[in-house]
Amino acid sequence: MWDYAKLIVLAAVALLAAIAANYAHDLPYMVNAVEVAIAAAITFIYVLRHVGEETPKTPNEYQDGVIRAGVIATAFWGVVGFLVGVVIAFQLAFPSLNLGNVTEGILNFGRLRPLHTSAVIFAFGGNALIMSAFYVVQRTSAARLWGGGLGWFVFWGWQLMIVLAASSYILGGTQGKEYAETVWYIDLWITVVWVAFLAVFVGTLVKRREPHIYVANWFYLSMILTVAMLHLVNNAALPVSILGSLSVPVYSGVQDAMVQWWYGHNAVGFFLTAGFLGMMYYFVPKQVERPVYSYKLSIIHFWALIFLYIWAGPHHLHYTALPDWASTLGMVFSVMLWMPSWGGMINGLMTLSGAWDKLRTDPVVRMMVIAIGFYGMSTFEGPVMSIKAVNSLSHYTDWTIGHVHSGALGWNGMITFSVLYFLTPRLWNREGLYSLKLVSWHFWLATIGIVLYASSMWVTGIMEGLMWREVDANGFLVNAFADTVAAKFPMYVVRGLGGAMFLIGALIMVYNLWMTVKAQPAKASAYAAVPAE
Amino acid sequence: MALLDKHKTIEKNASILLVLSLLVVLVGGLVQIVPLFYLQNTIENVQGMRPYTPLELAGRNIYIREGCYVCHSQMVRPMRDEVERYGHYSLAAESMYDHPFQWGSKRTGPDLARVGGKYSNTWHVDHLSNPEAIVPESVMPKYAYLATSELSPDYIDDVMATHRMVGVPYTDDQIANAKADFVAQTLPDGDTSGLLGRYGAKVTVADFDGKPRVSEMDALVAYLQVLGTMVDFSTFTPDASR
Repeated sequence: MWDYAKLIVLAAVALLAAIAANYAHDLPYMVNAVEVAIAAAITFIYVLRHVGEETPKTPNEYQDGVIRAGVIATAFWGVVGFLVGVVIAFQLAFPSLNLGNVTEGILNFGRLRPLHTSAVIFAFGGNALIMSAFYVVQRTSAARLWGGGLGWFVFWGWQLMIVLAASSYILGGTQGKEYAETVWYIDLWITVVWVAFLAVFVGTLVKRREPHIYVANWFYLSMILTVAMLHLVNNAALPVSILGSLSVPVYSGVQDAMVQWWYGHNAVGFFLTAGFLGMMYYFVPKQVERPVYSYKLSIIHFWALIFLYIWAGPHHLHYTALPDWASTLGMVFSVMLWMPSWGGMINGLMTLSGAWDKLRTDPVVRMMVIAIGFYGMSTFEGPVMSIKAVNSLSHYTDWTIGHVHSGALGWNGMITFSVLYFLTPRLWNREGLYSLKLVSWHFWLATIGIVLYASSMWVTGIMEGLMWREVDANGFLVNAFADTVAAKFPMYVVRGLGGAMFLIGALIMVYNLWMTVKAQPAKASAYAAVPAE
Repeated sequence: MALLDKHKTIEKNASILLVLSLLVVLVGGLVQIVPLFYLQNTIENVQGMRPYTPLELAGRNIYIREGCYVCHSQMVRPMRDEVERYGHYSLAAESMYDHPFQWGSKRTGPDLARVGGKYSNTWHVDHLSNPEAIVPESVMPKYAYLATSELSPDYIDDVMATHRMVGVPYTDDQIANAKADFVAQTLPDGDTSGLLGRYGAKVTVADFDGKPRVSEMDALVAYLQVLGTMVDFSTFTPDASR
């Protein structure tokens, strides 16, 4: 009965999407509608072939299939996102790499940049969060994922969102708000998938067989909730037509700026920080086989972090038309945020107490430690840059780009890689990783790549900030804007090379994970994922 | 600490944890966002501000579509060098009709908040077509294809009507004549009295790209030429306290 309802809905969606494609007002909408029709048709065929099949009842087993798929998707989108990043880095050094003039705008920097940011944040980071949240919540609750196939809906819904967003970006479908470029109907779809994610997560927590909710889950839960709130408020918009991708945001000017950076900064604070701290709180103790350093510190860390982070947004708007009191609040809270951030870093690092020797023997631990190190570095750099006097120099420059990447590559990238190294042998029931030596190679390529990236951006950022404000003895500006662009060329090449090293490291990881699944012997005693009774 | 021992109540109950987290993350946003909708210096009207003409609005959508905002800011800060380089610092009122705002966050290229009227239409067309031919150091992509992409006014009245729904004061007259005004702005020899009557005498009317028919280039240059020109700073006196 349920299968027939699904078939009817899927057929209707495929048909309506095909009709919408036919009447589309613009190209991104048409292509997206065709993609939706294809996705619905494929799902229709899949459901049809499995009508009436009994799903095996395995209430006592963890649902790991969807996590295996998530591991693959994380690695895949990571490589895609890094690759686009390397391409646009070199476009800035060598503008002839912008092919837009022959392709009507496709592959120009302006369209690839949202593709890069969304691919790394929402495709790579998002898949890492969803897959690790599913893993952690099952293990720490001693319960199978709630909702039956709902976990798979979250997985495939997220991949569909990524494909829709990527194709609409390169065809010019965008909302024009940074890190929230997805057009209105993709925003609606994100909401549906995200609510399903929340339901699966909370459902599993509710049926847990452990009395306490483990600290990693607090971070995951607050991340899911807050991202939902941010997404809904920031993307409030009226579509111009139900048959077009264009929509008009309900806020304008200074209000829109404030809402956007409240969203934008907390996409960093919750999506890329709170969620990934959830990973840290589970996988670091697991890998080093030591308990979390301090339980009390984790309580303070959690509540202080989520309370303070949400205030930090206006530091993106210093000296703009935003009222001074708001940007001052943003600065003060950003500086205060340094404390819980470092509290979290200490809690993560000190978990290695008594196990520091593993740094020499286990490159995965090394990766975790450098991730936490970069977390500490960028959560110090961030508050410094949020101080108005510093920001007057750093804002609008490459320093910001460098700061973001030491956080994204160093913290999010490295902690995700270590989680992938942790999970792959366990999920595929293999006797350890294929090669620890290759993990070491990955570690050093990625680390040196980040150092090249961050340091070249410090140099260009501070240099251009100083060049812009330089005046001569008579009070005239010394440098034309074009002079500052020309001066940045060598550092742009260095940055591109740093990014390429990071990408090569990720490719080595993919090979290593692939060989782990393919060539490593299965673990002797079958790894039965049975939760404790 | 005894207080921290009480935390076990929260961590044993998913509903309490959920509700408390939500309350804690609500505070900052409420304090920072809500006042901006009623404080005088964020909602004030400044003389000269008007909604975009249909052609400028279409150009703005192309500006957004091409991702110009990822490299160009539209927000002049009140520092000496910025005022020197770009002009009077930006007012909140100057982006009051910008859905979404386009202040940007990065200056890979220069700020554009006051680029209107600084260069000729021909300069813009040449520069957009091949930036390196005009500015050898430039790393900007080429946008010559905009001049050959015809732009239809088919849905521009719908776009304006949607803007009206979110608060931009387009009149019935402006929406009813949207398609005619859209074309009229590119025809300096035609009858522009309707367009100028509806949007003011300062509207730039020109065949921006020098080619018959309205192209995406026409619309984009019309938008760039209006940026920062609506408020007359020779007569404007800013409010001392902000």
